[in-house]
Amino acid sequence: MSFDALVPSAIDGLMLGFVYGLAAMGLTLIFGVMRVINLSHGPVIALGMYVVYVLFTGVGVNPYIGLIAALVIGLAFGIAVYLVAVDRVIDQPELTTLLATFSVNLMIIGIATAVFTTTPRAVDISLGSVGTGNVTILGTHVVAVVVAMVVAATLYAFLFRSRIGKSIRAVANNRAAAELMGIDSRRMLALSFGIGTALAMLSGGLLATLFAFTPLSGGTYEVKSFVIVVLGGLGNPSGALIGGIVLGLLEGVSTVVIPVSWVPVFEYAIFILILLVRPSGLFGSRT
Amino acid sequence: MNGIRVGGIVLALIGLLAAACGGVATPAPVAKKLIIGFTASQTGAQNVASSKQTEGIKLWVDDVTKAGGIKLKDGTVLMPEIKFYDDESKTDRVQALYTKLINDDKVDFLLSPYSSGLVKAAAVVSEQNAKVMITAGGADDATMEQGFQNIYQVYAPASRYLTGAIDLMLKLDPSIKKVAIVSEKDSFSVSVVTAAKPYAESKGLQVVVNQGYDTGTTDFAPFINQIVAAAPDAIIGGGHLPDGTTLAKQLAEKKVTARFVALLVAPPETTFADIGDAALSIVGPSQWEPQTKYSADAAKSLNIAYYGPANADFIKSYTAMFKADPTYHSAGGYAAGLTLQKAIEDAGGTDPAKVRAALDKMDFMTFYGRIKFSTDPKTHGKQTIHEMVYVQWQKGSDGKLAKQIVWPTEAKSADAQLRK
Repeated sequence: MSFDALVPSAIDGLMLGFVYGLAAMGLTLIFGVMRVINLSHGPVIALGMYVVYVLFTGVGVNPYIGLIAALVIGLAFGIAVYLVAVDRVIDQPELTTLLATFSVNLMIIGIATAVFTTTPRAVDISLGSVGTGNVTILGTHVVAVVVAMVVAATLYAFLFRSRIGKSIRAVANNRAAAELMGIDSRRMLALSFGIGTALAMLSGGLLATLFAFTPLSGGTYEVKSFVIVVLGGLGNPSGALIGGIVLGLLEGVSTVVIPVSWVPVFEYAIFILILLVRPSGLFGSRT
Repeated sequence: MNGIRVGGIVLALIGLLAAACGGVATPAPVAKKLIIGFTASQTGAQNVASSKQTEGIKLWVDDVTKAGGIKLKDGTVLMPEIKFYDDESKTDRVQALYTKLINDDKVDFLLSPYSSGLVKAAAVVSEQNAKVMITAGGADDATMEQGFQNIYQVYAPASRYLTGAIDLMLKLDPSIKKVAIVSEKDSFSVSVVTAAKPYAESKGLQVVVNQGYDTGTTDFAPFINQIVAAAPDAIIGGGHLPDGTTLAKQLAEKKVTARFVALLVAPPETTFADIGDAALSIVGPSQWEPQTKYSADAAKSLNIAYYGPANADFIKSYTAMFKADPTYHSAGGYAAGLTLQKAIEDAGGTDPAKVRAALDKMDFMTFYGRIKFSTDPKTHGKQTIHEMVYVQWQKGSDGKLAKQIVWPTEAKSADAQLRK
């Protein structure tokens, strides 16, 4: 136990938590709107990493500009995946949609591994650091937090202030009633899936500026996203962001008391605990 | 008429006889193929270092071919031909591919993949099929303590990787007291730390952090926070190239002020310097460096044979063929080829039992250093005599980062310096 490490670990965990939360927001939005557990979430995060990487190393685009590309590509890709893989089975039992998204997962990993191989890649940028004493905060981490907050705020404004956002929430609430109100529910579902995928890709792009990665790197973040979604309440995007921050903080703080390789065990223990004690999540589910 | 006819017949017979004798020319040496198999990590985490090892092997084949092949005492000439596949840095691929090499491709001898985990998988398959395998790229002691009969290790074992670094550290700054150990949790790195930790403690050092990280870790912040909190004077550990490089980079980013940092595998690799100033003053153990001085003269003074090209020649042909500097991974690959070649020559053929006997007896020097294998049944084939050198990245007078040998003192090309 070394409590001198507590403050820097907590800060590190907190900052990373924002990025986790961003990824989880995508997952929870899709589940909230269409009751689909998106098992392609992980590889999509990895795809976001590669979009930023390819633009940076191939064309010399600044990774933060590359994030915009990740967002746009994510939206288009998500809509495409919805129309091809999910739309036909949307009214089927949950297991069918699970299998559909899982097959997308396998396809993305297969193609990405064939194209990029599993050799680790990295986006080399450095924005300096600030800090005193034990605490050193990296510039790239600060930018990641700022981007996550801006995007979360934009998503919130979109869902609650814009007409399309309200239409999406209407479809999430009651698809049949929304149709009766003249909302093209299929279009809204496609859009939501697209937004969910875009958020996942964006968080992947941010992660690429922080750590090295391979096509399989999305796996750890996918699992964290599931924990966060349950923690924050299924279908609750603001709950997901806060859940992400809470998880990040817990992760950072726990490394001070337990060996680092036990932290995932600790996370999954929390997961099970929440499911047993408060299945609607800390902030209540919106489904 | 009769005499001329007889004479003509006799002459003709003599002519025939002469033609018959002259027609039996000395047979040209028949070049037989010697198929050598291995796997290379053309993709995956071990890609960079494995490619260097493969280049070393390819250079060896090229040199042997240019010299006319491996010439045996009975006049047979063997032309080596390599057969390799991509193991994707995965042990299950290694197992499948080595089985394929042995059963389908019918290789005569085997070389190993790069990295101890993959070497261990290959060794099991080779031993099961009683195929002789010369390993480069696998330093783990555990693999060579299974009582294998057919596996021969060219690398100095893992247990020696950091003990020399500790000696270097204490010579450089005897006031160093607290050491942090952060290493990968794979068999090789664990072997290194299992030997290094008690050695450090026996020298009066206090190990303030001792943590392992999973293979594939990219975020070392939790470990670095613990290191910063414990305020050690030195940090040792790491694992392989990607994680070692990332750890060094993040130590610099987080402004960790340890006076001495030694990491496994990564520092001797030329791409380590890609991280820029973060590489400055980092020490790493190496199986060979271009500045080492193993030579025919050195061999003579030790009364052993010198085999293979001179150090300078190896570096020259490598640089010409691959347009890059050789690293110890390249040298290891070449040395494995040389070892096999010498064993076949000493054995006078490719009979596995005879080649094994030849390998058991070997004690010779190459540009890579001295090579001798253990014949003890429990550690059969383990490298007993090859010595490691330690490199450190230092800024030259031109302001550019360059690798210098800083330990042992007999081999050094520059003095070691403390990290700022």
